[in-house]
Amino acid sequence: MRRLIASAMFCLAAALPAVAKEQVSSFTLDNGMDVVVIEDHRAPVVVHMVWYRAGAADEKPGVSGVAHFLEHLLFKGTETMEPGEFSATVARNGGSDNAFTSYDYTAYFQRVAADRLDLMMQMESDRMVNLQLGEDDILTERDVIIEERNQRVENNPGALFREQMSAAQYLNHPYGIPIIGWQHEMRELGLEDALEYYQTYYAPNNAILIVAGDVTPDNVRDMAQKHYGKLPANPALPERARPQEPRQMAERRMVFRDARVAQPYVTRSYLAPERDSGSQEKAAALTLLAEILGGGSTSVLAEELQFETRQAVNTAAYYGDTSLDDSTFDLVVMPAPGVTLQEAEDAMDDVIAGFLETGVDPEQLDRIKMQMRASQIYGQDDVGRLANRYGRALTQGLTVEDVQAWPDILQAVTAEDIMAAAREILDRDKAVTGWLAAPEVTQ
Amino acid sequence: MMRFVLSFVTLLAALPAWAEVNIKEMTTPGGINAWLVEEHSIPFVALELRFQGGTSLDPDGKEGLTGLMVGLLEEGAGDMDARSFAREAETLAASFSYNASDDTVGISARFLSENRDQAVALLRESLINPTFEQSAIDRVRRQVNSIIRSNQKDPRDIAGDAFAKLVYGDHPYGRPEFGTLESVANLTRDDIVAAHKAALTRERLYVSAVGDITEEELATLLDKLLLDLPEAGPDMPGAADINLPGGIEIVDYDTPQSVVIFGQPGIDRDDPDFFAAYLLNHILGGGSFESRLMNEVREKRGLTYGVYSYLVDKENAQLWLGSVASANSRVAEAISVIRAEWERIRDEGVTEEELADAKTYLTGAYPLRFDGNAPIANIAVNMQMEGLDTDYIANRNDMVNAVTLDDVNRVAREFLDPSKLTFVVVGKPEGLTSSIN
Repeated sequence: MRRLIASAMFCLAAALPAVAKEQVSSFTLDNGMDVVVIEDHRAPVVVHMVWYRAGAADEKPGVSGVAHFLEHLLFKGTETMEPGEFSATVARNGGSDNAFTSYDYTAYFQRVAADRLDLMMQMESDRMVNLQLGEDDILTERDVIIEERNQRVENNPGALFREQMSAAQYLNHPYGIPIIGWQHEMRELGLEDALEYYQTYYAPNNAILIVAGDVTPDNVRDMAQKHYGKLPANPALPERARPQEPRQMAERRMVFRDARVAQPYVTRSYLAPERDSGSQEKAAALTLLAEILGGGSTSVLAEELQFETRQAVNTAAYYGDTSLDDSTFDLVVMPAPGVTLQEAEDAMDDVIAGFLETGVDPEQLDRIKMQMRASQIYGQDDVGRLANRYGRALTQGLTVEDVQAWPDILQAVTAEDIMAAAREILDRDKAVTGWLAAPEVTQ
Repeated sequence: MMRFVLSFVTLLAALPAWAEVNIKEMTTPGGINAWLVEEHSIPFVALELRFQGGTSLDPDGKEGLTGLMVGLLEEGAGDMDARSFAREAETLAASFSYNASDDTVGISARFLSENRDQAVALLRESLINPTFEQSAIDRVRRQVNSIIRSNQKDPRDIAGDAFAKLVYGDHPYGRPEFGTLESVANLTRDDIVAAHKAALTRERLYVSAVGDITEEELATLLDKLLLDLPEAGPDMPGAADINLPGGIEIVDYDTPQSVVIFGQPGIDRDDPDFFAAYLLNHILGGGSFESRLMNEVREKRGLTYGVYSYLVDKENAQLWLGSVASANSRVAEAISVIRAEWERIRDEGVTEEELADAKTYLTGAYPLRFDGNAPIANIAVNMQMEGLDTDYIANRNDMVNAVTLDDVNRVAREFLDPSKLTFVVVGKPEGLTSSIN
């Protein structure tokens, strides 16, 4: 939201159902702006989104949170719009609008009646280049994002813990810095920081327009040409080359204690490759591996630790398939009362070791693939989610063709592929293990 | 130039075209009423079942019972244990979600056309023949306990529980959502079996379906699925006595940002002034970035990330609620601005322009809700529970537009009552003292 931090989405993104190819079309304007159109004519509604290939991981050192701060500031005025007028105008047209920032992208969207699309494009193209900011906007809005951090992070020990886990996971890559920013750096963010980021990254050749709903590609093309096509490309757009992680030489561990923790847990995060354009096979195997290990009550961790030994009240596995740079594969075990975190971690390691011995249950693999096929059908019911899927992919190094190939690549994954990926990834010496716990009581 | 163009567009703005939602009201041969929207373009069905009653049916001392029972429906049924039930659902790629709130038990299901009969047979087992095995009870009870313990340390949940206790007292609405560690520890299998019979009954059932299914097919499906449920359930609790003394209650909790819930008496959905109150609330704190509260507390002063107000119409209580969160050092100012806005809108009313904007937004946003099988099924079952007719969808915007400025401002004077506006604050707020207790 203005706004919303997409870190949860970032790590939870799982299966990626696509739709019939004829439902999706794409083209590029002369100034380099990519356009994706997803048709759904069941209701006279449209989702209009502009995604920038710029997020928190594209910030300069020392100004953490500026990408998200700028996202808030885009709702202030332009040369022709008063502060707040953007959202007010959307609302006066019966629509709703918002925006979100992640490591690799910043996105703005409106949901309106399909006949208001032209107005949305007019306003969105305006603020891509004509933002007007004053010192007053900066100070009040900075208080707002500090309260946002209070609400999302400072008031939540689990969020503080995850922040520390990421910082330990990424020694060199900016994924170790929180999207919302470190508190001490947020307090110092200024007008110049926001404007510098804006001028560097906000340009049509760094943006993707996604329109989903009751529209036709021809119609969208004409409108996009009129509003976005006239904006000049930024020839000085920097290449997205972030510092990469060095070779990990030793296991990393942490214990995070906070009096507000009621349910302790152990989590492990392994550095893992992400989907790359034209080369999504290993990521597909890891996607299935996460389902096999921690996707609900029939998964390996749940079977062993919730049903058999009953050492855990909950277990999970996550893999972030879509990411520009190296992602993570995460395991979580919440111990049952009376089970220590050490015992929970040992049990988790035993399950992993056992899985590497016995391999994939073919029936479980069939069930998971069936669900992934079905998600292509269910996915058509929500074009907003489809639009998000394309936006995330296209800002994170993938193409429309990669998105459309993904369901078939998932179906083609074999048990051997999954075990090879598991053996490569599940190495404690290339991982961070963390315990979230209440303070120790001294007797 | 831009400004001129925009206001021009606004003036000309006709209402967006209507989503065509053709709801069929039907009754099955077995006597089950349902609303159906046929939509054959995607080969699946979204089915919503809603039972009136919910966790308010929990007997005293057995708080958390209905919630635990609902959590167990998918944990073993017929000759399947929890894991074989889950494997069956996965094999069919059907998804069933079971949830309990204070007024309802709800089941949301979606299943593919290609294996609809098998999916419905599986769902039926969980509704009619849940086994409630002791091992499943113990396992889910541990999960519930984990949630209760976590809620006891989450400032938002602490605020919600404290507010409910203050306002509703001994009424079932005053209980913590999942019960207490003590009450849940004492629940037996017999209690759970009794709760199953009490909470899922045909006389309190509402049904809607949207998707790739005909009226005839749905009638057969529903009779198979639901006819074996018991007919009637126990008495439901009556109206709640609402205690809103005005003032502030502080719950001391060591966390950097104070979390606040506030409220005053609300308005019934059936009240002739409901839409006037709905528009008033939208202007006061309902319409995300455009509301007065958002503008004064967030946009002008930067005191919070979000402040909202909303009308709550429960089966047995109506409240006008709001929420805000602000650093301990700034929450006193946030509360004082909220109070001032509450008084200002009561005394001065809203402007013609604010009302026109609110109407345009609410009438324009309404058709956008009907944008998928699952959301339409959800709306259709809610409408039935609220006692609305299918033609409400076509008439609703006219009712919004019929509200006058005088109506809204009269409702502001009559309904808004700053002296009853009661705040529960969880945190270490500076410059605030409890006036309640």
